[in-house]
Amino acid sequence: MDNYNNDYITEKLENAKVGIAGLGGLGSNVAVSLARMGIGSLVLVDFDKVDKSNLNRQQYFLRHIGMYKTEALKEVLYDINSEINLESKNVYIHEENIEELFGDVDIIVEAFDKAESKAILVNTVLFKMAHKPIVASSGMAGYFSSNSIQTRKVRENFYLAGDEFSDIDLGYKPLAPRVNIVANHQANMVLRLILGEKEV
Amino acid sequence: MIINGKDMNFKSEITISKLLKELNLSTEKVVVEVNLKIIPKENYECHKLYERDNIEVVSFVGGG
Repeated sequence: MDNYNNDYITEKLENAKVGIAGLGGLGSNVAVSLARMGIGSLVLVDFDKVDKSNLNRQQYFLRHIGMYKTEALKEVLYDINSEINLESKNVYIHEENIEELFGDVDIIVEAFDKAESKAILVNTVLFKMAHKPIVASSGMAGYFSSNSIQTRKVRENFYLAGDEFSDIDLGYKPLAPRVNIVANHQANMVLRLILGEKEV
Repeated sequence: MIINGKDMNFKSEITISKLLKELNLSTEKVVVEVNLKIIPKENYECHKLYERDNIEVVSFVGGG
């Protein structure tokens, strides 16, 4: 890995296309990190609009309140990198449209907030799109130790970042630091996969 | 049977649905792998597990 030169990394990133499912605390932060590194293309999918309550952890600003997250995030990403190729889709992701939405990306990032939605996306990708790597997330709420958050390889093409414990349904609040830590665990795993590193 | 790397004692022929119930996990929040094969949710009711099976369950928690 130490032998990789910057040209190699730049070229691999420029040629990569990553799909991000959900543009909340995880997805918006993953997108920003990938854009800062010079990712070539992103497919951004979310049906939601920016709400004031999102600003505690998501990469949006006061001026974005009421805008579709896809549109607001595109604005942020173009401000970072005007060369980036962005496709966005304002749709609710469900079992039937996953293959169509993410058929042509190299890697899928699962960045939903509901556990049920995470399970639907991961199951569908693993079952119907078995050759496509998915980097998913589980457990990032509260102010537990940063070091409880890990990335693990569950199986071929299935990576999972998080503490796998701190459920918002247990009353823990999602807060910027740990949400961002998980988002960047995901972003770094995506980078590693793009550079041919298949282990965590 | 081996569940998430641990040897656990469940009756042979227990279905995935029953196993998840015993483990206090929701069928809607999990990914289940049996002997490295992903089992689709619609098969949880009928898929029976045996002593020699190696089972991985990932149970997602909410937040993002």
